[in-house]
Amino acid sequence: MANEIIVGIGGAAGDGGASTGDNLSQSCARSGLNVYNYTSYQSLIRGGHSWIRLRISDAKVTNIGDQVSAMIALNQDSMDRHLPELKAGGICVYNGDKVKPGKAPEGVQLCPLPVFELAGKDALPIMQNTVALGALTRLIGLDFSALSSVFEHTFKKKPQVVEANITAAKAGFDFADKQYKPHATVLKKGGPKLAMVHGNNILAMGAANAGCTVYCAYPMSPATGILHWMASHGRDLGICVRQVEDEIGVANMTIGAGQMGVRAMCATSGGGFALMTEAIGMAGIMEIPVVMINVMRGGPSTGLPTKQEQGDLNQAIGASQGDFPRIIIAPLSIADCYTTMEESFNLADKYQCPVLVLSDLLMSEGHGTVEPAFLDRAFKIDRGEMIFEDNGKGESYYRYKNTPSGISPRVIPGTPNHLYVSATDEHDEDGVTISDVYTDPVIRKMMVDKRSRKMENVTKDFAPLKIEGDANADTVLVTYGSTWGVTSEAVERLNKEGIKVGHLSIKYLIPFQEKEVVALLKNKKKIIVVEMNKAGQFARHLRAETGITAHANIRKYDGEPFEPKHVVASVKEVLQGKDLIEVLSTESGWRTPHPPGPGVLSTGSVH
Amino acid sequence: MSPATLAPREAKQYKPEIPPDWCPGCGDFGVLTVLQRAVAELGIPNEELMIVSGIGCSSNLPGFFKSYGMHSLHGRSLPVATGAKMANHEMTVIACGGDGDGYGIGQGHFIHSMRRNVNMTYIVMDNEIYGLTTGQTSPTSEPGMKTKSTPFGNPEGQLNPMALALAAGCGFVARGFSGDINHLKSLYTQAIQYPGFALIDVFSPCVTFNKQNTFGWFKERVYKLEEAGHDASDWNAGMSRAKEWGAKIPIGLIYKNPNPKPSIDAEDPALQGKGLAKNQKLGLTNEQRKKLIEEYI
Repeated sequence: MANEIIVGIGGAAGDGGASTGDNLSQSCARSGLNVYNYTSYQSLIRGGHSWIRLRISDAKVTNIGDQVSAMIALNQDSMDRHLPELKAGGICVYNGDKVKPGKAPEGVQLCPLPVFELAGKDALPIMQNTVALGALTRLIGLDFSALSSVFEHTFKKKPQVVEANITAAKAGFDFADKQYKPHATVLKKGGPKLAMVHGNNILAMGAANAGCTVYCAYPMSPATGILHWMASHGRDLGICVRQVEDEIGVANMTIGAGQMGVRAMCATSGGGFALMTEAIGMAGIMEIPVVMINVMRGGPSTGLPTKQEQGDLNQAIGASQGDFPRIIIAPLSIADCYTTMEESFNLADKYQCPVLVLSDLLMSEGHGTVEPAFLDRAFKIDRGEMIFEDNGKGESYYRYKNTPSGISPRVIPGTPNHLYVSATDEHDEDGVTISDVYTDPVIRKMMVDKRSRKMENVTKDFAPLKIEGDANADTVLVTYGSTWGVTSEAVERLNKEGIKVGHLSIKYLIPFQEKEVVALLKNKKKIIVVEMNKAGQFARHLRAETGITAHANIRKYDGEPFEPKHVVASVKEVLQGKDLIEVLSTESGWRTPHPPGPGVLSTGSVH
Repeated sequence: MSPATLAPREAKQYKPEIPPDWCPGCGDFGVLTVLQRAVAELGIPNEELMIVSGIGCSSNLPGFFKSYGMHSLHGRSLPVATGAKMANHEMTVIACGGDGDGYGIGQGHFIHSMRRNVNMTYIVMDNEIYGLTTGQTSPTSEPGMKTKSTPFGNPEGQLNPMALALAAGCGFVARGFSGDINHLKSLYTQAIQYPGFALIDVFSPCVTFNKQNTFGWFKERVYKLEEAGHDASDWNAGMSRAKEWGAKIPIGLIYKNPNPKPSIDAEDPALQGKGLAKNQKLGLTNEQRKKLIEEYI
């Protein structure tokens, strides 16, 4: 059994909860403990409510977990919302000078802190966070030295700030030590230091490590973190970073750069991706390598800018008119975002086509621990059939040569004696457009076939699939992308309870590993797709690619992520005969009071 | 590479085997021929030239030019060309297209490219009509003009691309006429040599669908700013010329910033050495990677 605690930090946007969460995460990571950190927040800059949930464990954590047991309430609202959901044995730390306690659930200890007395009357309001963090550190059993070293690291250029924070945190730590009982579980020290990374940061750093030197973007949540990373690091790393007027410009600029021979990337969310779609077809017909990330959020339209969903699969599959090769990859976890960048750039270069990466808010804005050694690796760089110099032989060169593999060796513009024009119009092997001629069915068919032939062998470059959990079980859960984490934990728990289940997690959506999937699923009695959208986009994709119809579906589209308990309970319901479970998060902390009126019709399963 | 230092070449070196398939008499022939002469005069090697177009009759131009080229999407020549310039700033980049492409569907990129100030030349073949779609109104069509989409006369106003360019901070704003090729050539060479974003709007009459703004119509009206005592270094004087339309329409250099601010590609720290695309040693160095990882520990 893992030694773990789930901490919640609640406050209004602007209360500094995020940095308190970051400090706690860092302090755990420095103590060698694993962390998964997810913030549920509103699309506003000041006020409202923001809930930072950190799952801390001595074992690897892949999701936000089930129930919070330790919390810091930075304001009254947080106290009111979240106190009722705390687990027995838990603690609630708050500023006793400002926040009134609520009625604690049985076994939950209220830990008010006399912040004025501990931090001093002249202290900045933000110091209440530091005092509370010091107290929490003590009560969950973390070493103070880890926390103080985080302050030293974060404010290394401002020694007086380091000192003020350490003093305030120590006051909270010592007060809690004298006044309160520790949390029912206390964390044991972990192994060597871990790195604490956001999915977005790791996508950006992964791109840099893969040799991306042009990055274009228009700000859009939840993809903006990638732009911020690129903007702040590009200068040191030799990456040209441009904020463009709109996503149409972003996609076209990225593709223009890709054509010249650089590794180019852009990122956005669903709405921006919609604007990029015409350009994706351009990369397809011009055969330009480019990596485009869509960090999915709740749709449609503006939808839920700060909430989780996996609803853009249909859009990615259907992006742009006509038939052309594309590769669609959905990383499985924060760490996998890094590896996905290595693969994406290599695949884009090798097959000279757009690679679309489907991340989502949970993975991109969530952050978690990875081993530093995992990040410290030079990526394999395979540029495919690329030509940088004239060989001087004076041979004629056809940019779109009809080869057996469909891949035409690509000369970068600027090279003497290889001039060509790439067109979005259909063209012949030399790039000359055939759109202006009367008709040319032979060349048209040849070029469409040439391009589509490129996709025939792509799946050989993908990691083979396997069923995790109980591979022989009759029941198998099938997921795509980030739902891997929560589902794998649910599968582990179900197997421990004696309910035999396997888990097939799909990362590569286009082209689809059809034969492998069919082989793994054909004898299963109960295929259950778990995904985060209403329509069952992935279940439909699975059916379209393999002819396999899931026997049951577990879906969530209320904006908040799946928790392992949701999946566990839903699987049990399925095994009792249900074929569709639509999960709703119902704990007090996830609720918003509704005004009297028609009320909210209860739909779906309540877990 | 600075085009000024190269030995002149011959215009025919830029003519591919493919002949243009524009309508006989189209203004775009002049635009193309003069551009071939201008780059020959500047001695730009074929492989050092990237011409990027959008979609439309005039956007077929890269296919009739012996250089590297991209015939991109409708309205998107400028972002594509900007991406190309960032990826290999050593190349001479020319974007081109029609008035519908640049001032209609591509209007947003037009304004922002001028504000962004990438070192490239943008040639708009302005015929005041949509030609390839067989004759509909364009942003530069005159009010009242009858077209297939405005059979009772164009009810909308006419865009003034020159005034707009000046307002958007473009440092080189010029207008040419496909019927006066020597004058046009001088505008091209100046634009290509200008160290920032340079716009040339070229009256390039559509002989098939625009029966109003014909070669004759322009010939009667255009006058050369170079012969009119215009001070092209004066932004206000440029704005006042840009407003002229009707009996007299100025062509020539409307405005050229006498103290051009550095283009973004000249200032971008990532673009100081050779073109990014020429770098074959990709990825982070061990030192860079270790420094980044430190941020997360």
